[in-house]
Amino acid sequence: MNEIWAGIQAAFRLIMTLDADLVEITLRSLQVSLSALVIASIFALPFGTWLALSRFRFRRTAIASLNALMGLPPVVVGLIVYLLLSRSGPFGVLGLLFTPTAMIIAQVIIITPLIASITHQAMRELWAEYHDLLISLNSTKSQRILTLIRDGRRTLLTAALAGFGRAIGEVGAIMIVGGNIDNATRVLTTAIALETGKGDFALALGLGFVLIMLALLVNISIHALSRTEREGRW
Amino acid sequence: MVTQQMSVTLKQAVITRRGTRTLGPINMTLAATGFTIVLGPNGSGKTSLLKVLHGVERLSSGLVTWSVADVDARQAQAYVFQKPIMLRRSVRQNLAYPLQLRKFHKSQINACVEDWAERINLQDALNRPATRLSGGEQQKLALARALIRDPKVLFLDEPCANLDGRSTREIETLLRDSCASGTRIIMATHDLGQARRLASDIVFLLDGNVREQSTAKDFFDAQQTVEARAFLNGDIIE
Amino acid sequence: MIRFLVACLMFIGIEARAEILRLAVTTSFHNSGLADVLLPAITADTGIEVQLLVVGTGQAIRLGQAGDVDAILVHSKTAEDAFLKAGYGTHRRQIMFNDFVFVGPASDPANIAKAPDAITALEQIRQGGATFVSRGDDSGTHKKELSLWAAAGADPTQFGRWYNATGASMGAALNTAAGLDAYIMADRASWLNFGNKQDLLLLYSGDPILFNQYAFIPVNPKLHTHINHHLAKQVEAWLTSNIAQVLIDGHNIAGEQLFTFNAER
Repeated sequence: MNEIWAGIQAAFRLIMTLDADLVEITLRSLQVSLSALVIASIFALPFGTWLALSRFRFRRTAIASLNALMGLPPVVVGLIVYLLLSRSGPFGVLGLLFTPTAMIIAQVIIITPLIASITHQAMRELWAEYHDLLISLNSTKSQRILTLIRDGRRTLLTAALAGFGRAIGEVGAIMIVGGNIDNATRVLTTAIALETGKGDFALALGLGFVLIMLALLVNISIHALSRTEREGRW
Repeated sequence: MVTQQMSVTLKQAVITRRGTRTLGPINMTLAATGFTIVLGPNGSGKTSLLKVLHGVERLSSGLVTWSVADVDARQAQAYVFQKPIMLRRSVRQNLAYPLQLRKFHKSQINACVEDWAERINLQDALNRPATRLSGGEQQKLALARALIRDPKVLFLDEPCANLDGRSTREIETLLRDSCASGTRIIMATHDLGQARRLASDIVFLLDGNVREQSTAKDFFDAQQTVEARAFLNGDIIE
Repeated sequence: MIRFLVACLMFIGIEARAEILRLAVTTSFHNSGLADVLLPAITADTGIEVQLLVVGTGQAIRLGQAGDVDAILVHSKTAEDAFLKAGYGTHRRQIMFNDFVFVGPASDPANIAKAPDAITALEQIRQGGATFVSRGDDSGTHKKELSLWAAAGADPTQFGRWYNATGASMGAALNTAAGLDAYIMADRASWLNFGNKQDLLLLYSGDPILFNQYAFIPVNPKLHTHINHHLAKQVEAWLTSNIAQVLIDGHNIAGEQLFTFNAER
């Protein structure tokens, strides 16, 4: 209990003094996870919607695979991305290893199945609702996808935020492909791992509380920006 | 673009679902003009017949043929469902949607939307979310949305089944006006009074088969089948 | 002049032009806090930004093999020799040494504080079945520990439940030992800098067999064309310079010196 209280105090101190290291790693955490979120969403949202609308032979297998991919251990993804980006690997010439870009790539791979799966679930329900109408109106497939995405945007936002939550708290993959290099690829989660390993629990907890507050802040701002709670119009 | 009226023919149309025949075999032609009411008790296959004609349900065997090319025929039809399907958008956006699908120009869309909103007396509710309207208002909206593209043929599946008297009257007025301005209407109902009020001809369905097809006058004055007579009498027929 | 320009460029943050050396180091080196002393000094004197990848010895070797780092700084002679023999590194340069110590519960159930030498201390732990935490991760520290058990004629694979191979870094293993109130072999620097000691105390040290040598090995540029070999040479030169000697010998925690510089010039 003492440790937790010490952690809260550490968090408070770090924030109040706007500790330079804290600001740097926080900004980098946001940079990596938000970029991963945007890129993953560009793939996952239309794909999840398309999957809800399409009928093809291996549809059930595809959906099952997508759901299974959600359970991919991040550290395994990190290892695979490392092997791909390593100088001895196929994409070594790009020189991406141990950069924030590598971290973004790993996180995109991790969160895309999650976002796509939630999107697919939500769009399936909306499609069931709109199905007869959109077919009757003779819409094209892309028109249907756009309509579902537009009308289902609130649930898509939830899907995206779920992906963001996964990304901002992720540590295994980005540790391997980023290297947790001070001033280059260190983010909140890897810093927490480092401080825990040094036995500095108070600081680790403090960083942890900062991370939680950051995630809260992002969620609240996005909800505020899209005014989802106005008049309970959720 | 279809400019002339369209007639439709069903030839040996059959729907078999899970081993049971739910519709057919049906052989019939619907003329290019008029107000046809598809009459029959619940479960007689009215909805299936309408959906097959509209092309949103597949036949197990047989043919649906329109007097114009299939592609054109599909563009010139509209359908109103028994329970209105509202887009999770405002009234204005619901009305605009079919026009946006056809890539109409923005100013033209606005003009049509406002015109029809007035015709259904929802001009003050244009910015309200459609899901917040009452049942009657939603159905009127669905009807306006169906008519906004000026279809040659309008299908309706028991549109007033869940509505009160006033909404029913408003909708029937709209339908009559629409028919008068040239829209071919094919409507399913089990409400005899409504059939009498609106129909120019009747298709009487029972157990997935067409038992009678005649002008309204002929049907109501002199039924040809025992079942039709029983139905008009208000009996339950199986 | 060049150094001044490079410093300016680095200040503006043009990553591509700054001179960056990627160095894989072991967790025991990093936990000592020495890196925080040396790195700024290196940058100030040479203009080179040293990016540290703090990993286990095994992973450091792998990174060196793959050419993902420009040089490695590790403390496992056998692994280093194998690395060089296979041609992955150019040569091995001694930099400094520290020592390993035995840490354990304050109550010292195996009574190692009075042991005459390291091997006997371990034997006492084994015979008493006292809880022991091992790195278990093929790191330099772990290899050292295994060599000590071998010298005592014991086979860790046959040990009972008292022996816990965690497969973790020094800090994580220390956390486990603190949680289990167990014995553990750690490098002195990591122990002194460790923040979660709880009931553990440094019980035994000083046997020369616990000597722990750190060496710097540049990765072979012939294998990978992009390796910053010239930067590695500059950093090696710095690490074996007088300034480095002063900083390394002067680095201490609570007055206790951690490393001893022993590079040959």
